[in-house]
Amino acid sequence: MSEPNDRDGAVRGGCVTLRALTVGYRERVAVEDLSGRFAAGSLTAIVGANGAGKTTLLNAIAGLVTPRHGSIEIAPAEVRADLAYLPQSDAIDRDFPISVLEFAALGSWARIGALGRVSPELWPRAMHALRAVGLDELAGRLLAELSVGQFRRALFARVVTQDAAIVLLDEPFAGVDAATSDDLLKLMQRWHAEGRTVMVALHDLEQVLAIFPDTLLLMRKAIAWGETATTLTPEKLVVAGLAAPPKGPGRRLRLAMPS
Amino acid sequence: MSLWSILVAPFAEYGFMRSALVACLALAMASGPLGTLLLLRRMGLVGDVLSHAVMPGAAIGFALVGSAPAVLSTGGLLTGIAVVLLMILGTRFGAQREDASLAAFYFASIGVGVLIVSLRGTNLDLMHVLLGSVLAIDVPTLILIVAIASIVVAALALMFRPLAIQSFDSTFLRTMGGSDSIYRAIFLVLVVLDLVAGFQALGTLLAGVPLLLPAAAARCWARRIGPLIGLSIGFGVAAGYAGLLLSYHLNVPSGPAIACAAALVYAVSALVPASRMLMTARNATRPT
Repeated sequence: MSEPNDRDGAVRGGCVTLRALTVGYRERVAVEDLSGRFAAGSLTAIVGANGAGKTTLLNAIAGLVTPRHGSIEIAPAEVRADLAYLPQSDAIDRDFPISVLEFAALGSWARIGALGRVSPELWPRAMHALRAVGLDELAGRLLAELSVGQFRRALFARVVTQDAAIVLLDEPFAGVDAATSDDLLKLMQRWHAEGRTVMVALHDLEQVLAIFPDTLLLMRKAIAWGETATTLTPEKLVVAGLAAPPKGPGRRLRLAMPS
Repeated sequence: MSLWSILVAPFAEYGFMRSALVACLALAMASGPLGTLLLLRRMGLVGDVLSHAVMPGAAIGFALVGSAPAVLSTGGLLTGIAVVLLMILGTRFGAQREDASLAAFYFASIGVGVLIVSLRGTNLDLMHVLLGSVLAIDVPTLILIVAIASIVVAALALMFRPLAIQSFDSTFLRTMGGSDSIYRAIFLVLVVLDLVAGFQALGTLLAGVPLLLPAAAARCWARRIGPLIGLSIGFGVAAGYAGLLLSYHLNVPSGPAIACAAALVYAVSALVPASRMLMTARNATRPT
């Protein structure tokens, strides 16, 4: 875990502390006895095999599921406005007739509430967010008219509009082309530079090694949590089920995940 | 026969026609936006089932107290809301999917409702409950319908944003601290209210007509939410007006006439080549 950022004029990220966190659905325990801290301003990759509990952990931090045991402490305490969550996009019914601009503007929800009046500065703010993700020319389109990559950009724009101190992203680069994922990675790195606390569940280990200072290697429990270089060692990846054990002595370990 | 005597005179000459027209206007105003949201949520059949859920309560009210509109409405509202609660509890805690329990409610409601009315009333009473009597609407009933429609429109205006987002991205609503189930319940209760109002005019079999058919027709012409709602209201008004005229001039039951007019609007919308070509031209700009 890195030191908190203290850049001038930057957003101070929130700090998320997990204490003996256990989360489950019905009989299944998805995350077990997880303790640790996402420091303010940290950029952490959450890595694990399918079903390792990555999404469950993010859902718990976002307040969508209640922990069975243990606790999640988020500082500063004003959670809702200060926490942006970009879930896997298949949870959204894209056929609903909402324009790209309106969708990006939804990021202001945390500030104006469910029933509050929409202020006029909301629209330039949403437009600014669309420019940041390169969708400003499609602002008037309907959500249903976007390609998969463009829709992912719109989701990022909504997060930009929200301007939260803590950002949770679940598989944000899955299924999009290289140009889109490059743009969105840069945006995410900018959030990190602005001092926000960013947590990302993802699969691409090369991306993790190249960009993320910290990594939480998850397989229901934490296998390792700390600096990426010390976390993603071959032995630990084998334990996490992300790499095949070496066949013979001297053979280089192969990554089991497609990269 | 002049145009005036065909299109206007029936309403100018008869108070019951005016009452019926006002009832249809009120129903169209409330049902347009509500039906649009209902179809966008892919819950058209839920609306149909809930319209039948009104029946047992109305029937119990009829059997115990009598056929006063307030009695039928209160009874219908109670069983309608009970079914909404059961639906929400069922999907939250039960293993059954929603559509399975809906089918059970649908048949149970019709069975129980018809049974109770038949025990205490005549065939005419049964027809009244099943098909309504929009031409027999008295002032208290009209006030009831308009009041319910006003409540629905006001509630939609106040809560349109959370109701809309709950229908397509409930995860976001929950992340923002809003309750998924509460807004879903509010929406379904609004649907029940609207159906109780529709029940007074069109009966339990046709109460869903203003809710579903104009909104379905609007979807053939528009894609954005504003035009969808506007067209739904317009189609609802047109179907109500045309249905009443049809019923007056041909001397046929008014509820079914309104249903036929609404169905015609939908059929024309779905079939007219112009609307098809409009949609194709728009879809052609959609990237793959």
